[in-house]
Amino acid sequence: MIDLFQTYWQSFLWTDGQQWSGVIVTLLLLIVSVLGGFALSIPLALGRVSSSRSLSAVIWLYTYTFRTTPLYVQLLIIYSGLYSLTFIQNTAVLNSFFRDAYCCTLLAFVLNECAYMTEILVGSIRASSRGEVEAGRAFGLSATVLNLKVILPSALRRALPAYSNEVIFMLHGTTLAFTATVPDILKVARDVNAETYATFTTYGLASLLYLMISFCVIVSFNRAENRWLRHLKPRKAKQAVDHSAPLIKEGSLV
Amino acid sequence: MARSAGHDGYLFVMVGPRCLVLSTYCEYCVMQWLDYLPLIAKGALSTVELALVALALALSLGLITALAKLSGKPWLTFPAQCYTTLIRGIPDLALMLLIFYTIQIGINQLTDKLGLGHFEIDPFVAGVMTLGFIYGAYFAETFRGAFLAIDRGQAEAACAYGLTARQTFQKVLLPQMVRFALPGISNNWQVLVKATALVSIIGLSDLVMAAQEAGRSTHDTLMFMVLAGAVYFALSGFSSLLLYWIKHRSAGWVREAQL
Amino acid sequence: MNKNLVVACVVLLLCSTGAKAEDVLRLGVDPTYPPLESRDSQGKIIGFDIDLGDEICKRLAVKCEYVQSSFDGLIPGLLARKFDGVLSSLSVTEQRLKQIDFSDKLSNPSTRLVARAGSGILPTPAGLKGKTVGFEQGTIQEAYARTYWKVPGIKLQAYASQDQVYADLLNGRVDASLQDEVQANYAFLKTDQGKGYEFAGPIIVDAKVLGNGTAIGLRKEDQDLKRGIDKAIAQMLADGTYQKIASKYFDFDIYGG
Repeated sequence: MIDLFQTYWQSFLWTDGQQWSGVIVTLLLLIVSVLGGFALSIPLALGRVSSSRSLSAVIWLYTYTFRTTPLYVQLLIIYSGLYSLTFIQNTAVLNSFFRDAYCCTLLAFVLNECAYMTEILVGSIRASSRGEVEAGRAFGLSATVLNLKVILPSALRRALPAYSNEVIFMLHGTTLAFTATVPDILKVARDVNAETYATFTTYGLASLLYLMISFCVIVSFNRAENRWLRHLKPRKAKQAVDHSAPLIKEGSLV
Repeated sequence: MARSAGHDGYLFVMVGPRCLVLSTYCEYCVMQWLDYLPLIAKGALSTVELALVALALALSLGLITALAKLSGKPWLTFPAQCYTTLIRGIPDLALMLLIFYTIQIGINQLTDKLGLGHFEIDPFVAGVMTLGFIYGAYFAETFRGAFLAIDRGQAEAACAYGLTARQTFQKVLLPQMVRFALPGISNNWQVLVKATALVSIIGLSDLVMAAQEAGRSTHDTLMFMVLAGAVYFALSGFSSLLLYWIKHRSAGWVREAQL
Repeated sequence: MNKNLVVACVVLLLCSTGAKAEDVLRLGVDPTYPPLESRDSQGKIIGFDIDLGDEICKRLAVKCEYVQSSFDGLIPGLLARKFDGVLSSLSVTEQRLKQIDFSDKLSNPSTRLVARAGSGILPTPAGLKGKTVGFEQGTIQEAYARTYWKVPGIKLQAYASQDQVYADLLNGRVDASLQDEVQANYAFLKTDQGKGYEFAGPIIVDAKVLGNGTAIGLRKEDQDLKRGIDKAIAQMLADGTYQKIASKYFDFDIYGG
């Protein structure tokens, strides 16, 4: 495996001489689809929990469709299928968008990721403390302020563990990018395999790279959880509580 | 600007396997469909078969691994932990490509060493073993969480009654674990069904490959891909209903917290 | 979960595998390359290579079983003993000979570039400057492109199967595609979709990278099988069966002397 890596390390890590490939591409796909999906999911989640039944139903249909169909099929439809429609080829903007492999791949990934993140956020919003929301309304907070300052911050924190799983799943999903000829780690591995036929070593090397990226993702999410979910961690008592001492010191309320 | 043999006036509505066409191509569209329907149906059937058998293997592997992890003995916990961490850290497709060829090579080397005749693994079995091995790790986590969610008092009461460890597991823990594991099992099942779409990449026949072939011959990939998506959609809906029924059967007596 | 059911399933699984039957010859094929190998609407694998394979098996008195695989999975599959031979328009090249052995020559299709009519593209680094070339992964055409056209200014794109190359040629994602001449003619240029496209430049000849004809790929240790297949091929050429099969598909000499 070492000599394989020594020969092909550049393709695996960042470039195959012509374009970006390997780890850089995987990271790019991962980061853009996660951030894009996350940004889109917030308004969609708020729409889904809103009182408007039709809006909620439409968003549910979108998330259900994208969650139940395989990402592979979605990517094939967006990359190969949609481009064959005449009206897309005739519109200049759409034509240049769908023509580009990266755009197609990112569109499929962002839509897929957004569907999952919307559902996670919806579950988290629904688990909001009722009392908090009622108190907010009692204070006369408008819906916008209520959402932005009361509901979303705690919902996002609650959803953090689920998000970490989701990012790992998205990392798994980036392996499908070869369908749209985007050269991620696995595509480079397949190309190297086609040249050397060393199946176990090439795919083993690719697996190692993915493991390292997973590890980095898990560590960063652990750090994020330590910071934002510190209040949920069990706390050790620093010292024994002294029951004989009065709770309120004399004279302290004056 | 490149033009393909365009579909003028083709309008798609992604609602189930219906093709709403607003032009004279309507009849042509339906005719092509009917020709390839048996092929698609066969692909759908092989997908379901693959998923079901892989599920059986994954459930068994998952249960064994979960028990190994919960046993507390380091010689059991360590390999189980390695297994789940590795499988969940490496993407499905990379694992499939790795395992699919390695299984056969490994068996070949084994049979060569032992002097046995060639033992052939047919593609379906290889696909099942690959998928089962991968999803066993995910199910292990589900089962582990489910076992941990059972009230401690149950095991203690069983012990107080003098039940052996094996009896406790079989009669007390296992049935109760099912109730807690069901949401996780249903989630993982949905993911497994979608993962079967990936086996077409390693060359096995399944629904996606059938749809691609039909699309290739009729030069209409979009329609058949949407059809394949619709079949997965329907499969998932059907699974949800089935799992709802199972939940009712096994845990209908539980009153969930009213939100 | 009924444990017995689970155990039964796993046992059934293991029983369904079996030892190889002696009178079956498993041949790996990637049926996405008409007219050499493809699937008809019933899903049956058909084509020129399949007809040749059936004839060879008849002469060897064995049953032919075609195992589907992706093209770049054919040689790894052969080495992993998923099948005993590769019959998928596999060209004999030095690089492949390092891993596997080949039977005697089966055919000699030539390689040619396809592009839009009037595009002025030629199969040289200068003629392809600023263009994108597509080809199927794992083929000799990929090896050729990566050997001679890996220069700045030319973009190379590998696809999992040949029809994906044509699909992207049609919608303009690639400007030219490199494949077998006869395959391009039959599956693309002569069809409705191929109107407006033509061969770009002459046939490309390069014995080192493109090899010298196609043959059945075999494992290096299966010398008995190789001898049997070579004998069958020689008989077919001598008594005219080869020509009869070839004339069904091609109006020129595919064997190439």
